[in-house]
Amino acid sequence: MKIDSRVTQRLLPFLSLAVLFTALSIASPYFLTANNLSSVARQTAVFNTMALGMTIVIVSGGIDLSVGSMLGLSGLIGTMALERGYSIVIGVAIGIVVGTVCGFLNGLLVTRLRIPPFVVTLGTLGIFRGLALIFSNGLPVHRIPPGFAFLGGGNLLGVPFVVWLLVLCAAAVHFLLEHTRLGRYAFAIGSNRIASVYAGIPVNFHITAVYAIGGALTGLAGMIEASRLMTGQPTAGQGYELQAIAAVVIGGGSLNGGEGSVVGTLIGAFIMGLLSNGADLLNISNYWQQVIIGSVIILAVTLDEMRKRRAV
Amino acid sequence: MLLELHDIQKRFGGVTALRGANLSVAAGEVHLLLGENGAGKSTLMKIVAGIVERDAGRMLWNGSEVSLRTPPEAAAIGIAMVHQESMLAPHMTVAENIFLGREERLKRDLGWVNRRRIVERARRLIEQYNFPLDAETRVDRLSPAGRQLVEICRAIQHGSSLLIFDEPTSSLSDHETEQVFRIVRDLKARQMGIIYITHRMDELRAIGDRVTVLRDGETVHTGNLAEVTTDRLIQYMVGREVAAVYKREHLAPGEALLEGLHLSVHRSGLKDISLTLRRGEITGMAGLIGAGRTELCRALFGVDPIDAGEILVNGKAIAVRTPRDAVQAGIALVTEDRQISGLALRLSIAMNITMANVERISHWGILDLRAQNRMAAELGAKLRLKTVSPGQAAATLSGGNQQKVAIAKWLFRQASIFLFDEPTRGIDIGAKAEVFELMSELARRGAAILMVSSELPELLHVADRILVMRQGRISGELPRDTTQEQIMKLAVMESAA
Repeated sequence: MKIDSRVTQRLLPFLSLAVLFTALSIASPYFLTANNLSSVARQTAVFNTMALGMTIVIVSGGIDLSVGSMLGLSGLIGTMALERGYSIVIGVAIGIVVGTVCGFLNGLLVTRLRIPPFVVTLGTLGIFRGLALIFSNGLPVHRIPPGFAFLGGGNLLGVPFVVWLLVLCAAAVHFLLEHTRLGRYAFAIGSNRIASVYAGIPVNFHITAVYAIGGALTGLAGMIEASRLMTGQPTAGQGYELQAIAAVVIGGGSLNGGEGSVVGTLIGAFIMGLLSNGADLLNISNYWQQVIIGSVIILAVTLDEMRKRRAV
Repeated sequence: MLLELHDIQKRFGGVTALRGANLSVAAGEVHLLLGENGAGKSTLMKIVAGIVERDAGRMLWNGSEVSLRTPPEAAAIGIAMVHQESMLAPHMTVAENIFLGREERLKRDLGWVNRRRIVERARRLIEQYNFPLDAETRVDRLSPAGRQLVEICRAIQHGSSLLIFDEPTSSLSDHETEQVFRIVRDLKARQMGIIYITHRMDELRAIGDRVTVLRDGETVHTGNLAEVTTDRLIQYMVGREVAAVYKREHLAPGEALLEGLHLSVHRSGLKDISLTLRRGEITGMAGLIGAGRTELCRALFGVDPIDAGEILVNGKAIAVRTPRDAVQAGIALVTEDRQISGLALRLSIAMNITMANVERISHWGILDLRAQNRMAAELGAKLRLKTVSPGQAAATLSGGNQQKVAIAKWLFRQASIFLFDEPTRGIDIGAKAEVFELMSELARRGAAILMVSSELPELLHVADRILVMRQGRISGELPRDTTQEQIMKLAVMESAA
């Protein structure tokens, strides 16, 4: 009982990641090469960034099903700005702003209409995707300055730029969750919303803020994705919301709110990234990969629940 | 003997819940089970009801050994439990809840659940026992007392020969308690065995035949109730002498901190309520369930904002439209239902304690975790909180310690006006005394306190004066040397004064 329960909570996913890593190193000679590892990092960067935002939302007791569409819309509008000749920094900033506005809208709907976030974001999932298709006429944006490829594909000091970016975002979100008033309120609201209202916490304001921050990170993920593909695809990000949610949940987050951590989410996202990379290296078919990843999600949450039941 | 338990043992991980519990119940007997929270009463009863499996020991049912793995197995041989915390489906009606899982008994031919028949049977059951319940109300509209009654109906209709009551009256008013007693006596007369867990020492004699006391997972006393004094029982429970469990010095009250003038709330039925809470004074509040006591607390705290009237804090009229307004005016509400509205159970004790005043441990929105842990630990030590560390989840605490955390939250906020709604509900005697001490200490330091309680002896011991509510109005005020009879008169009758 000496160990903080939140430490043990992180232990299990971490062990799974280590086991998976070791197993893949033995099973495939190509796994432990710089090339392969950096490609895994690039592949998971998009999910990871989204999943960081999803972590705050889930901790606060919410859920955001619209992030996949949001990613598509942000990436599209960001690249449209680049196409019109705005600088790369401005273009990326615009993508992030679009995500923030989308998240803010989700938060506003959740708190003002008082309907469950599952339903609100299911609705905006359709709305954001529709808007992306309307703005683009369904056509991808191609005329993008070549320098933009650096965001998703470049290296800085021998390490993929997205990894630096991810470390930065993860540190910021970790700090936000564990060391700021906003993060504390997110935990409180997620653990017991009524008690939070009774404690005088401005609950609606903070719920809205949480969705907006999640949106900002999704906007960034949208720009990374656009940079990796070097196109602004209105259909980008379809189904990504499930990957992001799965990463949070594998990492010990609870869909009931009040639980979740950045370290856990990162591990969750890497477990899924390694699984699909490993399956590729070992020539396991795409179809089977989906079966494996689905099973891992169920297994991870089952183990986590068993641990919690034993603890109380 | 109907049921015999010999040397029952149970461990949960590293924690020993039961180390040697013995208990026997005969048909036609009301057997009281006493013990502080954490003594193992609930675990023992969960073993009897098939919710938890025992590690060791023997359980005999009508003389032959049984092992029950699930509640349906227990129900099949005739054991049912009335739960303390509601295990009902909130979105279904009273009638549907009573027969939940038992629909097959009522169905006609094709497997349809016949709604009308269910409602009819529920009505008959309710009428038979004279409960103030409507078979077609949704359970989430009921008060805790109403839900408890539904739980009782559920257990009764299952046709059991052993019924376990886990603190059935902890949320009930005296009038409703009397009804529960009538039911218990009625069941006893029908040769049922009854195990009755309670924390209310005043109600033991009204109902019990024999008594078993558990302490730290062991049976420390079993015998006829008539042969043991209440003081002796308390001593068995806490393992030490209790000299005057609660006694407080009464001080002259200071100036008015909170005044309510002609308050009305339409949706909760409060009508023209005026009251004054003064510095250094504990104002008691009595009344039946449904008289509007909790509703008044909710109105003063901004949960159900007032439709008419005025709330004054420190002599200044303020608008209390939300709990946030109330908190900022220095008002604290310790709710009746701490697990639902008081605590964030999954979060740590330190996080709970600091929850209503995170500003105090942060600068520019950034938390000072060291200050948080230091201040929470100090407050915890002052309240004699029994914990391993402030990082421990609030869910792991006993009821009494959870209540202390719920109170500590408001001490950390440095509130000056405290509304306590049933502050001793579901907590053991030792913790009760500590909660009273804490309230006295707050009053001494100049807080104004409203104490809503259904336990009249507690009100008489602790409060400086007692307001009584009836049907949404304040029906009278009594001095502290009044009697239970006087209070009851005001609670049930048209203007007795």
